[in-house]
Parts: sequence; structure tokens; C-alpha cells
Amino acid sequence: MNWLTKTIGASIGKKLMMAITGLSFIGFLMAHLAGNLTIYGGKDAFNAYAQKLHTIGPVLKVAEIGLLVFAVVHVLTGVWLFYQNYNARPQKYAIKKSGGGRTVGSRTMPYTGLFLLVFVILHLSNFTFTDKSQTTIYEIVSSTFANPFYVMFYIIAMAVAAVHVSHGFWSAFQSLGLNHSKYMPIIMVLSIVFAVVVGVGFGFLPIYISFQA
Amino acid sequence: MTKTINITLKVWRQNGPQVKGRLETYHADNISTDMSFLEMLDVVNEQLTLSHREPIAFDHDCREGICGMCGAVVNGRPHGHQKGTTICQLHMRQFNDGDTIVVEPWRARAFPIIKDLAVDRSALDKIIQAGGYISANTGAAQDANNITVAQNIAEKAMDAAACIGCGACVAACPNASAMLFSGAKISHLALLPQGKPEAARRVTHMLRAMDELGFGNCSNERECEAECPKEISIVNIARMNREFIKAGFSSSVE
Ligand code: HEM
Ligand code: FES
Repeated sequence: MNWLTKTIGASIGKKLMMAITGLSFIGFLMAHLAGNLTIYGGKDAFNAYAQKLHTIGPVLKVAEIGLLVFAVVHVLTGVWLFYQNYNARPQKYAIKKSGGGRTVGSRTMPYTGLFLLVFVILHLSNFTFTDKSQTTIYEIVSSTFANPFYVMFYIIAMAVAAVHVSHGFWSAFQSLGLNHSKYMPIIMVLSIVFAVVVGVGFGFLPIYISFQA
Repeated sequence: MTKTINITLKVWRQNGPQVKGRLETYHADNISTDMSFLEMLDVVNEQLTLSHREPIAFDHDCREGICGMCGAVVNGRPHGHQKGTTICQLHMRQFNDGDTIVVEPWRARAFPIIKDLAVDRSALDKIIQAGGYISANTGAAQDANNITVAQNIAEKAMDAAACIGCGACVAACPNASAMLFSGAKISHLALLPQGKPEAARRVTHMLRAMDELGFGNCSNERECEAECPKEISIVNIARMNREFIKAGFSSSVE
């Protein structure tokens, strides 16, 4: 098994881990967004969706554990990469300008990533690890977004997620070696499309809910 | 008629690998815009020598953009701001009268400074030594037409082989990674029939060498392909990623 640790421990191996976990998160986000859209159907539609989701029981548990493992891998590998990259240039340039390759997304990956980590922890403690015996998920969500601080924080977090995805999506394909002259232009466009879908799709929910309340 | 300009230079001066360096200011007057950047430095060095000061050390050889020996970061851009050009082919007509130009060496843990603008790039040679070659039996060469190579594959291999190993990709990379250099060298051989038998061993060993030498990891920032004087594409990095993943999971190389 030495070959396995050597392969995934190498620079390309670490990027392989980032790409697989990152793309899975994007897949999760799409499913999560599709589910959340039931909020536009009103209180009952949303509560019914949440209930339905929990009837699949063990499958949901496995998916949750999978996501948790992937999150640990993504965060630890990301921090490790950041540390190594930071150390690869001990003396910084007095002046360094971009040649036009970097984007807002690519420049900020470690910082948007860390912000997302803080957000995810807060998000889970708001909505997942909370006592739901006396209330419904819709009640919890709408009372949370009655607070303007949470509305703002969630909107900012979704903008940050959009920036992370704007680089992350195409970058994952490149890391996997899937760069092809026919498909790369489409993947680049999809990066922006997914970023907008994440930012606008999730970002609008807190606004909508706060106006409902 | 020759146009001349006056410029102010801020050049990184450092006496050796271990000592502290600093930016020093020089004035270069009446510089012909037909001069290359290195010829301008020659003029400055002549003045420094005549006034009994230490000339600026910098690397160069062919001065025609093909050997890969020259290189410095000019106003924050490796080999200067002109696209697809080495610093020896960067001409002073790219600058304006009165400009202040900051000149720094390539900066990377894997490229220790020798003196001033000259850095030790032998780390790139070590990556090549780890597998950037093919093993060919001695004896008479076989007929060239025995091994057919499709034109489009030959073109791709040729594009990768255009790498002159100057290290601008490392200098440009926010992570000081040598992925474009390694990707070009690996692609160039992996594409061709002569390189295929050793492809898995080559990519595995060259990548491990790159990691061990203290280069950073690739974050797909694309600064390397933007600054490469030979305009080598990151498609070559993707090909190396593919080769490495293939070698790691489906070859017998450990
Ligand atoms: C919903 C949440 C997230 C999604 C959808 C996501 C997605 C992605 C994707 C697709 C990549 C590209 C992988 C590649 O370049 O091969 C990536 C890279 C990265 N992610 Fe995330 N990520 C998320 C959360 C996080 C968190 C919580 C961190 C915390 C530290 C993080 C840190 C990073 C870093 C540092 C990189 C860049 C690695 C590099 O190129 O060197 N991400 N992410
Ligand atoms: S001196 Fe040979 S490439 Fe510049």
C-alpha cells in the first residue's frame, strides 16, 4: 500500500483529492439547492420535503458520513497545499504583477475556503444540530432569517462560495487531467454558470424568507 | 535616427546565497531604444566598472531567445511585460523616457540566489535527471519511416519541446511550482513512440523529484502559461496529471 500513499501524497495526488472532493461538493450543492427551492412552494412544501428526505434514513446517513469524510480530506489537503505553496517562496517579490492568468477566484481559494469552513460549521449548528422536537424546520429557518445579521452573513457566504466555485469547477477538471481543446471552453463557461447558480440560487433564499416572515 | 531614453533602475543586489540583499538605484541615461534589456544592463555595468563598483551579475548566453539562460523579473513580470519574449529579446523601445524599472531575480526556494540576478536553476536539471530522457540501444539507427508519428501528435510534441528551461514559469507561479516545465518535458516524450515504453516510470520519478526539490504545488493559476517566453500551454500540465494518475493507479511502477 506504500504506492498508494506515495501516489496520493505527491503534489498531483493531493490535487486529485481536492478535485474529487470538490466536485462532489458541487454535486451536493446542486442537490441541496434543488431541495431548498421547495421553500418557494411555501411552508408546507418545505416541511414535507425535509420529512421526505429523512424517510430515506440509512442512505441519508451514509451520504452525510461521506460528505463529512470528504470535507475533512478537502480541508486538511487544502491547508497542507497552502502551507507548502506559501513556503515554496521564502523571499517574496518587491513587485509582482499578474500576467493575466489569475482570477479573483484562483487568487483567493485558501481564504474563501476557510471562510466556507466557518460558514459550514455555523450553518450546521443553526439548522442541523438543533432541537427539532417542538418545532418544524421551516420555523427554525424563518426565525433565523428574522435576524438581519444572519441574512447578511448568509448572503456574503454564498457570494464567497460562488467565488470559490468559479475557479474550483474548471480547476478540478484540469487537476484530473481532463483538459481537451473541444471541452475546455465549455467547462470554463460552466464554471461561471455554476458560480452564478450557487451565488444567486442560495443567496436569494434568505432574502425571500426574511420577507415572508 | 536613433531614439534615446533616460531611465531609473532599481536592481536587486545580493553578494551571495546567504547574505541579505537590497534594491539599489541606478540611472541609465541616453539608452538607445534599439538596445535589448541586457545590452542596457551592459552599459550600466560598464559605468559601474569604470567607477570601481561591482557590476550587476546576470545570466545570459545566446541573447537570441533560444538558450534559456537569461531571466529576471522586470517590473513584476518574468522576462518583462512583452508577451512570448525572453529578457534578452526584450528591447528598450518597450519602455518610455523617465520610467523607473525594478529588476529582481527569479524567487523560489528551489532557486537559491548565486549573486544579484543570477540564480541556481540546477533543480530543473535534477528533474530531468530523474527521468527526462529515453533509453535507446546503441547500433545503427533504423529507417526513420519504421516509426510513424501522426502530424498532429508531432506538432503537440514539438510545442512541448519548445521549452528552453529558463524557469520563468517557476518565477511567475504564485506557488513557485515547476509544473509547466515538468509538464512540457514529460509531454514532449510521452506523446512520441520513443518515449512511451518508459512513460510511467518517467512521470512518477520526475514528479517526485519536483516535489522533493521544494517547488510548490499547482493551483491552476495559469500565470506560467501567460509568462512563458515560448508560450507553452497548461494543456501540458493536464497531460502530466493524466500520465501521473495513470502511472500511479494502473502501471506496475511503485
Ligand atoms: C461547499 C464547499 C466547497 C466546495 C464546493 C469546494 C470546491 C472546490 C473545488 C471544486 C476545488 C478545485 C480542486 C482543484 O483545483 O483540483 C477546490 C479547491 C480548494 N478548496 Fe474548496 N470547496 C469547498 C469548501 C472548501 C473549504 C471548507 C475549504 C477550507 C479550507 C476549501 C479549501 C480549498 C482550497 C485551499 C482549494 C485550492 C487547492 C489548490 O488548488 O491548491 N474548500 N474547492
Ligand atoms: S540569453 Fe539565451 S534565451 Fe536569453
